[in-house]
Amino acid sequence: MSEEPLVKMRDVWLEGRSDETWNPIINGVDLTLQKGEVLGLIGESGAGKSTLGLAAMGYTRDGVRISKGTVEFDGIDLLTASAAVKRELLGKRIAYVAQSAAASFNPAHKLMDQHVEGPVQHGVMGRGESEEDGMELYRKLRLPNPEQIGFRYPHQVSGGQLQRCMTAMAMSCRPDLIIFDEPTTALDVTTQIEVLASIRDIVEQFNTAAIYITHDLAVVAQMADTIKVLLKGDEVETADTRTMLSAPTQEYTKSLWAVRSFERPLKPAVHTGSVPVVSVQNVDAAYGTVPVLHDVSFDMHEGRTVAVVGESGSGKSTTARCITGLLPPSAGQIMVDGEVMPPDYRKRSKDQLRQVQMIYQMADTALNPRMSIGQIIARPVEFYLGLKGAEKRKKVDALLEQIELEPSQYYHRLPSELSGGQKQRIGIARALAAEPKFIICDEVTSALDQLVAEGILRLLARLQDELSLTYMFITHDLATVRAIADEVVVMKDGRVVEQGPKVEMFKPPHHAYTDLLLSSVPEMDPDWLTNLLTERGVDNIGDAAVDKM
Amino acid sequence: MGNVLTIILQRLALGLLTLLIVSIVIFIAVNLLPGDFAQSILGQGATPEAVASIREDLGLDQPMVTRYFQWLGGVLTGDLGTSFAQANFASFSGTTSGATTIAEQIAPRFGNTMFLAMITAAIAVPFSIILGILAALYRNTIFDRATNIFTLSSISSPEFFLAYILILFLAVLNPIFPSLSNIFDGMPFSERLEKSMLPALTLTLVVTAHMMRMTRAAIINLLASPYIEMARLKGLSPMRVIVKHALPNALAPIINVIALNLAYLITGVVVVEVVFVYPGIGQLFVDSVKIRDIPVVQACCLIFATAFILLNLTADIMSILSNPRLRHPK
Amino acid sequence: MIWFVAVLLGIAVLAWLFRWKGQQIDWSEYNAKFRDMPFSVAYGYILGLSILLWLYWAYIQGRSLHPETANKFFFLRIAIEGFIIFAIAAWVFRLFGRSVGTAGTKKLFRSMPLTASFGILTILIYAFLAIFAAFIAPYGQEQIVPGVAANIIPGGDPALGGNPDFPLGTDQIGRDILSRLIYGAQNTVGIAFATTVLAFLLGGTLGFLAATLGGWLDQLLSRAVDVLMAIPSLIFALLLMTIASVWAPQLGIPLTFFMVVIIAVIDSTRVYRLARAVGQNIVVMDYIEAAKLRGEGLGYLVFKEILPNATAPLLAEFGLRFCFVFLTIAALSFLGVGIQPPLADWGTMVRDLGGFVNFAQFAPMAATAPLLAAGAIALLTVAVNFVVDWMLQKSSGLKE
Repeated sequence: MSEEPLVKMRDVWLEGRSDETWNPIINGVDLTLQKGEVLGLIGESGAGKSTLGLAAMGYTRDGVRISKGTVEFDGIDLLTASAAVKRELLGKRIAYVAQSAAASFNPAHKLMDQHVEGPVQHGVMGRGESEEDGMELYRKLRLPNPEQIGFRYPHQVSGGQLQRCMTAMAMSCRPDLIIFDEPTTALDVTTQIEVLASIRDIVEQFNTAAIYITHDLAVVAQMADTIKVLLKGDEVETADTRTMLSAPTQEYTKSLWAVRSFERPLKPAVHTGSVPVVSVQNVDAAYGTVPVLHDVSFDMHEGRTVAVVGESGSGKSTTARCITGLLPPSAGQIMVDGEVMPPDYRKRSKDQLRQVQMIYQMADTALNPRMSIGQIIARPVEFYLGLKGAEKRKKVDALLEQIELEPSQYYHRLPSELSGGQKQRIGIARALAAEPKFIICDEVTSALDQLVAEGILRLLARLQDELSLTYMFITHDLATVRAIADEVVVMKDGRVVEQGPKVEMFKPPHHAYTDLLLSSVPEMDPDWLTNLLTERGVDNIGDAAVDKM
Repeated sequence: MGNVLTIILQRLALGLLTLLIVSIVIFIAVNLLPGDFAQSILGQGATPEAVASIREDLGLDQPMVTRYFQWLGGVLTGDLGTSFAQANFASFSGTTSGATTIAEQIAPRFGNTMFLAMITAAIAVPFSIILGILAALYRNTIFDRATNIFTLSSISSPEFFLAYILILFLAVLNPIFPSLSNIFDGMPFSERLEKSMLPALTLTLVVTAHMMRMTRAAIINLLASPYIEMARLKGLSPMRVIVKHALPNALAPIINVIALNLAYLITGVVVVEVVFVYPGIGQLFVDSVKIRDIPVVQACCLIFATAFILLNLTADIMSILSNPRLRHPK
Repeated sequence: MIWFVAVLLGIAVLAWLFRWKGQQIDWSEYNAKFRDMPFSVAYGYILGLSILLWLYWAYIQGRSLHPETANKFFFLRIAIEGFIIFAIAAWVFRLFGRSVGTAGTKKLFRSMPLTASFGILTILIYAFLAIFAAFIAPYGQEQIVPGVAANIIPGGDPALGGNPDFPLGTDQIGRDILSRLIYGAQNTVGIAFATTVLAFLLGGTLGFLAATLGGWLDQLLSRAVDVLMAIPSLIFALLLMTIASVWAPQLGIPLTFFMVVIIAVIDSTRVYRLARAVGQNIVVMDYIEAAKLRGEGLGYLVFKEILPNATAPLLAEFGLRFCFVFLTIAALSFLGVGIQPPLADWGTMVRDLGGFVNFAQFAPMAATAPLLAAGAIALLTVAVNFVVDWMLQKSSGLKE
């Protein structure tokens, strides 16, 4: 018998409703998945990949409809099947792993109760048998304490472990197909790697077919046999992973790949003895009585970019708050140009405030939605430089040109009429309007798609060269660090673990944590995860390794 | 578990403190009255002896702080004082034996009001919760829109409008229930129920609308959560999704809705009792307001406020108890 | 009771038949619908249909020539006719709004549900009546027309005790009810509006201050508001009105003024809560942080950065608060401690004329006067609520 594909989607069109009209989400995409095959579905936000993934299960969310096309699973037409037939398939033969495990587990029931629900309801196994099997799956997924973890409530288990519990739940009926919807996006890199390794293992072990949805190319390179690239609801290209990585045929795919290669030329070492623009000296800080920072010290020199890296909760943003004066340190001091700053921003002079500017992660919340672009940029111009009327307008126009936006076209627009990347540019212009020496960039690219993010990085680099600005670049993304940093400060649990010039930081020997952090960042090489696992062993990656420190 | 207990004890303590402060506010408000209100209540024609006797009776010659503690002490032991109307009557007739205390006056009426509130709750709670869940399940259908219009209208209408409409249709045009609720002690239960039906239905209309809308909002909110989608994608039957996954999490908001709306009944009861001449505490309150019988007003106000605070406290504690995060700490 | 249960059971049987039949017949596009239809939905369809049929039957009865039957269904008939007339008016108004005005208003009307257009139309009519009451009303609000009897029955039919000069009859001391209803719009709505504005100025200012400054001021105000909100508002209003009624004559200030202040203060607690919550949501935004770090003063923060972003929720809250204030005032007046005579006021009118409802069986027109006054209150609050509901839905839809 010739191999019939497991999933066959033909010319599928999906539409979403907003304001009483239906707008296209997916325009006529075909998708074929063989038994045991893993398909990576990648694309930027708004490409429609999650909607397409759910449609492969014959399911659409509220306000979404399949307007045309066919979806077949193992020869069953999912679009005309009755609700009862579909229920029989879902959970039993097709399973789903959601992005946020914390929100997708019912808070009112224990993990094991939710795990056994599928098998028991579908009549695959009895409760006792299914519990035994659950523990076995937990063990296979290398969860700590596999006998007990199932008897906890979801909120008692950490994010990375919860994500693996959900994978176990999806596996509970041994389905033929699992849809993974960005399962590691919300996790830190060191946690992500563990989850990736265990997902890949178990899918291989049971020869389950999977659709792996993500925006991260490096992740999909590790997981998928075939990759399908989507752009705004259209298919760009489909090929097996190695071909796709080595020889993409489409322009869009090529540009996605190229992003990873942006890197600035090295700058000469800082003169010893020169006064740093900003110096953080022995800073301790606390939120209320909870200490967050312990003895943090580092210097930032003119024209340089210092990347502060670390995972969530490492104290990078708190350090920024200490520098701006929003959170006065409980010990230590902040010096700007050799001058000690008052710890509280309210005590700082207008000129001191002007020197330190900030660009935020979420451009949406950083711009007042009720002010026009012109007003937003004009305010600091007027406030700090005292310009009025035509002079002010001229300065704003110059700033808009500096960030590569046509002044006449954007001056009167509202932030809501701009794209994410353009909004971020306005944030940069607002910071520049103060004519500062020093700018704090707080995860400025992490909410943006890769191509847009690269544009922002290039702009920041150009502005630095032209205006000899000093940047403090807060990020958790090591690819960004590689692209833009001159110096790197690694933070963990409110302490500086290691610091130095970038060239040295990316070369061994490292501090153990830096090493772990660096090695956990997925690379485009499809063999990267396999190599890493053979090199280090399954117990020396991710949180397990962090715990050993 | 100790964690939850501490939180609940904290809430209880906070509730008691609020009650104490509320009693001070009520007391001070009453003492904002100008000059000598014994004089003003008796009118210009009162004899100086009568005024003096009332002053003494009510302890108006004492300083304010002393009076507050006397009053509070009285309230705690169930002595709410003597009403002006009664004291007035006593001083004119020269006897003191006829004067009943406020506590005696309020007790039976309090019972009547509780009776009315319970009938209302018995009808309104199941009705509105079922309706609310249905509207949430079939949202954006004709059914949902019709109930939306109906409940919005009934929330917006003043209680007396609903009361007169019900009187018109259920008492005058179709004499099913009596339009006056003359209830007295020793009345058989069925008759009492029949006579309380119209006020209870009026209150039901008002409360149901609120409760239904809040239940609907809570359930819709819940149904949008990822774990409900997960349950559906596990291929569970719609019934099981609702019973096993939605309800345990809906309990907290629904209990909250019930308690809040029973608290809302308190306001509604005043007007409704007046329309139907129902001998409850609300009517006594309004009558006392009209004749400026301050001690009674004060006492009723305190009772209403206490009920209100207790119900809100119940809502608070119930939602703490039903939160799995608090019940099973890490 | 037995009949009631029997009817419900009958509908259940019909619903089952309906679904069964639907599954039998082959209507290609409806097939899937009937196949997956739960019984409850089928029941709902049949129940809705039965109610519509009954209403139609009742309407026919209301037009019956037999006076007793017609009287019995008179009010239902009026309600149905009123409902249809309002629906048509709202539809026409929306059509009008879609074709007249700027592009912005046209767009607004295009996505507007019928309920909201009904609401806007009604609010406009009320505003018109309130502003031009003196020109529209045939008589003065306190005017007792000489030689006119008290308690003329509405309807203007002399055979039924009416008088064509007084289409809605006269009240217990011979004042024209129509005029008093029109003046009621001015008094009741005007006073409620002023009270709401006052409550907003007070609660809004304090709420935004608390949200922006935080710290002890926030703590102090919030605890005070907690205590005030622990007393049911109508009860608290009645308590304070009692005290005010003793003070008012002594100070020579009208009681109505006290009422406005008392209700405004009580209601400002709710406004405070909302303004504070909305303010706090805005204050945590990065653009506020940016403005603070720029060194901006409190005035700039509140008026340029916070207020413009708070208008939508505050506007919706204004509608809701207005309804609440309006209903509280109506309740107080109905209880006899609100707006004081001789000012015409709807709540007071309902109290004075309420007894006529009991004559509805013999003289339906007599019962209309109190219902009209109460209905006037209900109509406005329903209208405002419809508009607010639409606004809230729109703004929550935009967020998604």
